[in-house]
Amino acid sequence: MNLLDFLIAAPLVGFLFTLVLPKENKGLIKMFTLVFSLAVFAASLLLIGPALERPSAMTWVTDAPWIASPAIRYHVGMDGVSLWLVLLSTFLTPISILLSWKYIDHRVKEFFAFLLLLEFGLIGVFVALDLFLFYVFWEVCLVPMYFLIGIWGHDRRIYAAVKFFLYTMAGSVLMLVAILYIYGKAGTFDYPAILLMLETGKLAFTHMEETLLFLAFFLAFAIKVPLFPLHTWLPDAHVEAPTAGSVMLAAVMLKMGTYGLLRFCLPMFPVASKENANWIAVLAITGIIYGALVALVQPNMKKLVAYSSVSHLGFVVLGLFSGNQWGLDGAVYVMLAHGISTGALFMLVGFLYERQHSLDIKDYGGVATPAPWLSTVFLVTTLASIGMPLLNNFIGEYLVLQGAAKINIWWAVFAATGVILSACYMLWMYQRTFYGETPESVKHHVHDLGAREWACILPLLALMIWMGVFAQTFLPSIGASNKTILDRTQPTRNELRVALPAAASTEVANHGR
Amino acid sequence: MDANFFPQTAELLRFLPEIILTIAGTLLLLMEGFKKDGDSRSLIATLAAVAIGLAMYGTVVAYDNPGLAFSNMLVSDGFAAFFRLVALGVGLLTVLCSSSYLQRERSHSGEFYVLLLFSLAGQCLMAAANELMMVFIGLEVSSIASYILAGYLRDDKRGNESALKYFLLGSFATAFLLYGVAWVYGMTGSTNLLEIRAAMEKGVPSMTMVSAAAGLMLVGLAFKISAAPFQVWAPDVYQGAPAPVAGFLSAGPKAVAFAVLIRVFQTAFEPIAARWEPVLWVMALLTMMIGNFSALWQSNIKRMLGYSSIAHAGYVLVAVTTHSTTGTAAAMFYLAAYGLMNYGAFAIVTHVAGKGEGKVTLDDLKGLSQKEPAVAALLTVFLLSLIGVPLTAGFFGKFYIFKAAMDSHLVWLTALGLLNSAVAAYYYLRVLVVMYMHDPETTEHVTAIPGGLKLTMWVTAAATLVLGIFPGLVLDFAAKFAALNK
Repeated sequence: MNLLDFLIAAPLVGFLFTLVLPKENKGLIKMFTLVFSLAVFAASLLLIGPALERPSAMTWVTDAPWIASPAIRYHVGMDGVSLWLVLLSTFLTPISILLSWKYIDHRVKEFFAFLLLLEFGLIGVFVALDLFLFYVFWEVCLVPMYFLIGIWGHDRRIYAAVKFFLYTMAGSVLMLVAILYIYGKAGTFDYPAILLMLETGKLAFTHMEETLLFLAFFLAFAIKVPLFPLHTWLPDAHVEAPTAGSVMLAAVMLKMGTYGLLRFCLPMFPVASKENANWIAVLAITGIIYGALVALVQPNMKKLVAYSSVSHLGFVVLGLFSGNQWGLDGAVYVMLAHGISTGALFMLVGFLYERQHSLDIKDYGGVATPAPWLSTVFLVTTLASIGMPLLNNFIGEYLVLQGAAKINIWWAVFAATGVILSACYMLWMYQRTFYGETPESVKHHVHDLGAREWACILPLLALMIWMGVFAQTFLPSIGASNKTILDRTQPTRNELRVALPAAASTEVANHGR
Repeated sequence: MDANFFPQTAELLRFLPEIILTIAGTLLLLMEGFKKDGDSRSLIATLAAVAIGLAMYGTVVAYDNPGLAFSNMLVSDGFAAFFRLVALGVGLLTVLCSSSYLQRERSHSGEFYVLLLFSLAGQCLMAAANELMMVFIGLEVSSIASYILAGYLRDDKRGNESALKYFLLGSFATAFLLYGVAWVYGMTGSTNLLEIRAAMEKGVPSMTMVSAAAGLMLVGLAFKISAAPFQVWAPDVYQGAPAPVAGFLSAGPKAVAFAVLIRVFQTAFEPIAARWEPVLWVMALLTMMIGNFSALWQSNIKRMLGYSSIAHAGYVLVAVTTHSTTGTAAAMFYLAAYGLMNYGAFAIVTHVAGKGEGKVTLDDLKGLSQKEPAVAALLTVFLLSLIGVPLTAGFFGKFYIFKAAMDSHLVWLTALGLLNSAVAAYYYLRVLVVMYMHDPETTEHVTAIPGGLKLTMWVTAAATLVLGIFPGLVLDFAAKFAALNK
């Protein structure tokens, strides 16, 4: 039982403990979950040191049998990519709790308990190294988010919650079929073992098998990302979710999909990933532009930010399927940066909603006059989101574009229009909301940031700037992990193995010598 | 074979659960006749529970004395012990739930428990039957008692309709089964499963006739497990029967009917496996689809659970279709898990339905999470398990079934089955929606949950979660005895 195991178990323990607290004592519940999640975050910081020593390999590994037959193992570990995603989860959970401090006044106990359960699932997803375990955590994440949207959401919350659940479920059952199929061939769910078998040729998929398995995994992940045209659940879920739900959903849960693509699809199915990269990239670029265009015409702020997520996540997928170091590094960086900046955007929109009880841009205007600090913070976040240099998104999107350009310059050209469009929709929204005439109601209701709100937003602001300026804090470890993944996807070796019969491939190997 | 009129002790031990249940049932029936006050009825309930407990012990004794009994008519093996325990476990839960239920409905009488014990005796017999006649006798003993249980509330119209439907269709199906048995006997000269198999391997006059006979028997058994296209009775019966009885019918008799299906088709009819596998394939798919898609539109919870039980029978049929040891083990695990989670769900329905079972629509569950948070949380556990969310027994049940199906290269059936389970999520989620996401419409006083019912809910929920984390507890046993003696 090392620190990582402790970190996985802790939120679950916290969840169970919260359930037995008396439900009338709201203050105690909030305080307990906040302190608890802060402690978890503090503990998670201790992961960094050892994980950075050799980010290309897995650290903090625990490998223990869970179920004898079929052989399911509790196998967890983290590399440079998982590390930052785990930290993102543990970092945003206390913030989400603090964020909901006042807003959630109804069925308090369940709400904060579900946030901890969500944290449990998220940490698990990012560190699971057993396909089965991964699937378990993947599904565990679904339940708390379903309730968070469905109970504490806005008017159409039930529709949104059910849609969210069914979309994800439909994708993930196909993934389960694929996982079972792989088990049937490999005899194990253990992911490193499967990769090893693939490498040594003990396990080989026919072309057809690989394509179908790839598609099954891909579909599950693409729904979660969400990739155009599977994104329709996302705006509904975001608009209806309570602020903390939106933050967790956008900042962390969407990354489950892209993480899955990176961790499982690319290394396990290198040939299929290569062959299908073209149309996937086209979908990703379509998503970038489509998301941006739809965001442009949204009258609802939350929906606007939600569609901007579709656009940003398009960059991630594009980077992943460029199949080179820049693209992958950029994709992971956008994952983290988007988590911070979009999380912050949802949070700020939530602040506005708590004041004015409206998400429609037309109900605002001239907010800068009564709330200058809120406006400033919002502006910084907006600039971060549109990829302003020295702020976090820029680094990632730049790397993605560079990676994409290396494969096909037109990919980069079209994707880059997304960056321009993002400036249009974000700044236009900013202008309509914060400048101009200040209506009476805004003067009345919208006041500046309070201490609690500062405490929520400041860490995010600091990270936006830090990630924009000191990218080297993160990039080397991300790069090292990605290199390991890329090495596995080296097309030559695998393509030969698939394309040529066994005898011929040995010949080639001998020839190579 | 020499007739032996004095059975050996070992043979009696192998038959111990049935002996205990029959004697206890008869004694309790007499007791009911002599004492008619309220106290003695609670006593009868307690005694019935004790009798079931003893029968469980008897099962263990029978398990420790494996072998054949009574001229090879019965077999006591791990497979039989497993299903005897499942049936008895469900029976015990039924006793726990029924006592307070019958008091609430003012129909408390000892006969209920007596019928339950007789039904259980029939089910145990089915689980251990090694002989088609024994199958038939067990089925009849179990069914006739069940028909009466379904209509136990005499003055309730729904209950009467339910019992009558169950009885008429059930008798019809049993007739098919019996006709099939007669044909098999005609073709192979035996009703013993192993002898039938041996005869078929040696050669029978017409394989087509044997297959037709197997088909007739399949009709009879498919009715009992509510497999399509013989499922139409299930929703009506579950809706009309008293809630604890509906839970009982959906779990116990169904499990042992599956036991018979597996045992008969994987021993006696194994030589013609190539002929029945495609039939079961289609049947499994149809059952899943009809169950799930019909459940989508239901607003009555009992009826919805009725359709859902059809769908779950479809999943188990997938496991039977694999015709493999892993498939059998998966079916065994699933039936045990399903018994727990579905009985738990029915226990909660028993509670929330209130007097006269007036509140069984989805709307009646509105805001349950605020009125009775613990009950809502427990129902959530059962529903998540029925959906198949990880860390619940239902998830591992589905997982093992579809893994077995993949091992047998039933890729399409697996994919379609899993997509079906995604569809199923919708109607279970509707229940969660009304419980958690609507506010209560009435502010009426919450009635306290009687002890037995409470115990049932908590025990089934705890077991559902434990099996969801440590499935090996049951699966290892199932896997050990899934290979039937051929």
